[in-house]
Amino acid sequence: MRIAIVDESASRAAVIREGLAALDDCEIFVVTERRGLVARIGEIGPDIVLMDLGNPSRDVLEEYFAVSRVLGRPIAMFVDESDEESIAASVDAGVSSYVVDGLAPHRIRPILDLAVRRFNAFSRLQSDLAEAKGKLADHEVIAKAKRILMDSRGFTEPQAYTELRKTAMNQGKRIADIAEAVVTAHQLMGGK
Amino acid sequence: MAEDATNGELTVGFLPLVDACLPILALEHGFAEAEGLSLRLVRDMSWATVLDRLLYGHSDAAHMVAPLAIATTLGRGRPAQPLSVPFVLGLNGNAVTMRPDLARAVNPAGGLGEPAAVGAALKAYIAASGQKLRFGVVHRYSSHNYMLRYWLAACGIRPDVDVEITTVAPPFCADALEFGEVDAICVGEPWNSVAVERGTGEIVMVTAQIWRRGVEKVLAFREPVMEARRPQAEALVRALRKAGEHFVDPANLETNAAILARAEYLDGDATLIRRAISDRLLLRQGGALLHYPDFMFQHREAANFPWVSQAEWLYSQMVRWDGLAFDSGDARKAARVFRPDVYRSALLGTGEPLPGASSKVEGSLAGPTSVSMQQGLMTLENNSFFDGKPFDPVLLESYIQGQRSA
Repeated sequence: MRIAIVDESASRAAVIREGLAALDDCEIFVVTERRGLVARIGEIGPDIVLMDLGNPSRDVLEEYFAVSRVLGRPIAMFVDESDEESIAASVDAGVSSYVVDGLAPHRIRPILDLAVRRFNAFSRLQSDLAEAKGKLADHEVIAKAKRILMDSRGFTEPQAYTELRKTAMNQGKRIADIAEAVVTAHQLMGGK
Repeated sequence: MAEDATNGELTVGFLPLVDACLPILALEHGFAEAEGLSLRLVRDMSWATVLDRLLYGHSDAAHMVAPLAIATTLGRGRPAQPLSVPFVLGLNGNAVTMRPDLARAVNPAGGLGEPAAVGAALKAYIAASGQKLRFGVVHRYSSHNYMLRYWLAACGIRPDVDVEITTVAPPFCADALEFGEVDAICVGEPWNSVAVERGTGEIVMVTAQIWRRGVEKVLAFREPVMEARRPQAEALVRALRKAGEHFVDPANLETNAAILARAEYLDGDATLIRRAISDRLLLRQGGALLHYPDFMFQHREAANFPWVSQAEWLYSQMVRWDGLAFDSGDARKAARVFRPDVYRSALLGTGEPLPGASSKVEGSLAGPTSVSMQQGLMTLENNSFFDGKPFDPVLLESYIQGQRSA
């Protein structure tokens, strides 16, 4: 089975490729270049094309498939038109798939399931990364707020932190939000 | 998504194009909120994904190329799912941009070319050069594709035979011209202007010259979603109408261009966007800005009214270019996609002009004509096709027959 992964994100394509590599009898092609996409797909002659939903070239590829259907090389949208659940899972995960007509569903299904899982894993990775970055930013703003309280109110560092925490608890907010407010207020009052 | 009839949350998908302006401005200026709606906009990079999100419930409604709403209802390319259009987001707003040497060959006088003359010159150019030119359009089921094909065919140039027509994603149109992947593009703004700015293209015509009042983007719902959430759909129609009023007021031009240019919307150049939304075009580098008031049409003359006859014209072109047989059942389904009844129900009692009829003979007006209205007053201006042929929806089948033998 020939599988083409079309993705402008080389790192995501790598994550998916790695997932699919475990499958038997599959040859995997990764296409990250937009230019010449249609010609490249033509050369590969894939049985299955996986493409991320954010790819601007989806309409171009669908047009190509529509035309190739006329030429007698049919490629259908998605796996099986009646399989709503698996389509919905694909869209949720952010992957679209195109499959050559006549391919048995039991051969396609595991590949798509795997692709969906890999896409989901990749977005989890990204949100973990974003969260980690957020935590880092939180840490910085809290340190700044503590410094302001220490300078302006003569607190020790633990006292400054306790003050921030108490206020956060009273207001039902996160410490980082209170710290942010302190820093903003300080800047407004002419501090730096 | 949430099908709760009282929930005011609506998610609307869009592509970063200037004619996504009304939903964006309805949100930004609080017109949606004033109607009790909490609007969320989801930006995508292809019509395929905008459609997927609509069909699988990530969005409740979408900014969409009009023919795609009909193609989806008729199951062209995907399993059929009925869509409903209670509001037209705009008329025209596209242009035909060619690589500079071709532009000068077929439109030597410069300026906006006269469609029949450019067509004749293009036909001669193709015959003399023996070249099979490639035109890029943004989607197979787009007004761009149908307008371009209508023009070419009426000038005796056979699409798919004498010229090739291929799909190019809007953000890559200027690139495609530059790298010789296509010789010309038919695309919305700001992408023609981007090609002009980069010197890779010159604007030869605007689609408004092909059909003076041609339907372009629509607001599409899945039919069951619109029925389940009728009050919200109607509230959105009112909010979009208000956004249109704000949009066409020249006093708001700067503000609106700046909003549209923002990273979360078009993520583009505010100067180019400002030009497009004030109907101004720079046709070629070093030229003067041209003001063409009919370029894009978002509000006046009840431009947002979903005339059933527009849906039927689009069906006639789908039959023509997909090589289908006329099917009266499909014709009825296509006609039913456009829902003037919902538009009327939403705006009844607001003072907005409401046409009394649901269909009209498209392309029949050569000049200003007063129209009978259910509410308000309105004068329709010239709405003709460049070849002067009207489209009478009552004669749909013979119109299709006539195209076949043309």
